[in-house]
Amino acid sequence: MVNTKVNLCGITLDNPIIPASGTFGFGYEFAELYDINRLGTFSFKGTTKDPRFGNPTPRIAEVESGMLNSVGLQNPGVDAVIANELPKLRECFHKKVMANVSGFSVEDYVYTCEKLNGEDQIGWFEVNISCPNVHGGGLAFGTNPQNAAAVTKAVKKVTDKPVIIKLSPNVTDIVEIAKACESEGADGISLINTLLGMKINLKTKKPVLANKMGGFSGPAVKPVAVRMVYQVYDAVKIPIIGMGGVMTAEDVIEFMLAGATAVQVGAANLVNPFACRDIINMLPKTMEKYGIKDLNDIIGGAH
Amino acid sequence: MVKQGIYKILYNYALTDTVYSMVLEGDTSALIAPGQFVNIKLEGKFLRRPISVCDYNDKTITIIYKVVGEGTEQMSKMKAGDTLDLLTGLGNGFNPEVPCEKPLLIGGGVGIPPLYNLCKELLKLGKKPTVILGFNTKSEIFYDKAFEMLGVKVIITTVDGSAGVKGVVTDAMGEDYDYFFTCGPMPMFKAIEKVAKTSGQFSFEERMGCGFGACMGCSCKTKYGNKRICKDGPVLYREEIIW
Repeated sequence: MVNTKVNLCGITLDNPIIPASGTFGFGYEFAELYDINRLGTFSFKGTTKDPRFGNPTPRIAEVESGMLNSVGLQNPGVDAVIANELPKLRECFHKKVMANVSGFSVEDYVYTCEKLNGEDQIGWFEVNISCPNVHGGGLAFGTNPQNAAAVTKAVKKVTDKPVIIKLSPNVTDIVEIAKACESEGADGISLINTLLGMKINLKTKKPVLANKMGGFSGPAVKPVAVRMVYQVYDAVKIPIIGMGGVMTAEDVIEFMLAGATAVQVGAANLVNPFACRDIINMLPKTMEKYGIKDLNDIIGGAH
Repeated sequence: MVKQGIYKILYNYALTDTVYSMVLEGDTSALIAPGQFVNIKLEGKFLRRPISVCDYNDKTITIIYKVVGEGTEQMSKMKAGDTLDLLTGLGNGFNPEVPCEKPLLIGGGVGIPPLYNLCKELLKLGKKPTVILGFNTKSEIFYDKAFEMLGVKVIITTVDGSAGVKGVVTDAMGEDYDYFFTCGPMPMFKAIEKVAKTSGQFSFEERMGCGFGACMGCSCKTKYGNKRICKDGPVLYREEIIW
């Protein structure tokens, strides 16, 4: 028997597998396909103060070993999430869930987190300061240490739940930003959000995405993500959720060796809706293959 | 309900220079309505390819696809006996049980295939469908005989007049129908929307990420809120569409 349990900011996860925000909705549609209570937890669809349609379509493009998306935080807004989505989530998922929150100002983040704070099922806040698909917000907070610190500080004031800050890879020095968040009380760091990318159609000679640029994810970005988890692990004491191109149980182990306490799975869910279930099924065997008895023993093991 | 499975190719052959028909053997239990689609995993491609279902029975699924890029090119070279990983049972599909006697089925190019199974369902319900198939030119025509063999009236239109009625599908619509179902390119939809006298159902196409409602990649705005083409569509009712 191997141990797959990990502790994420004071809450025990049965395994470190977490579907990433934006690839799993509010869970209930995947619950029709398999028992989602087998997951460690999941990070629900990025929620903002007001409802958002997002960017014009096409907002998906395939690239070599990955994809671009420019969805742009489509969500029904925090009030509708509380009224309509969380009750449905509660029906099919009986563990603590991770609330992914986005905003366009410090006040937005505070407003949304304050509203969601009363929801018992929310175990953690994952504060997205790194969405590359919205203008005038999101990413603007994630590319500047002072802004990242300001959001962290403000959100920490309105909740006692663990606050995990989701960072952007589209920066010169991710370590500096992670440290700024930690210094203002962040309980964890998750990384990486998507890399800003573009694809051009040779027939039309124009960008494929209506928004021109979009977030690049999938297996192609994994080495960048592993490197950044490794760097941030050296610089902070708080737990890290690693993500970027995770497709297999081997990838999970690689991220944990780099320094991740838990691992999110994003684009893989879109190609195989059973991806997380399959990874969880494969994890014990894969651990045995590499002589790992307890996942806790390997966190940061590559350092 | 979405199902994933491995399907064996029984046939894969060209209907025209660029349009192919593929018959796949495997679990078809997830398909419950005409106009649903499957999402196909291809070697070396990250995202799946969504392709509408032309017809299905309890053992096989027939898809008709046009070679438009590397993925469909790869499919066109596959042989009987090869296997494919499919997600099936995707999308809402057409609702053939709407009140009507003489529905019009209007297909443009590679939008035609899902109308075939729909036509069979409408016939089962005792309705008398008429089918309009629009093409650019004679060499692009496919599936006209298949529809004729169902015993329905088939009208061909070609833009260059090389076969059938010269013009586009709306030139052949007439007024002798009490409902319509359509699948095809957006300019055709807009033309139909302009002249159609009755209610109807449109099957839309959009670039998709997942095909089962998770990524919000293919959302559109409707009169009744945002919908995902892959999960809440691809079929939308005329009354809800914002043009």
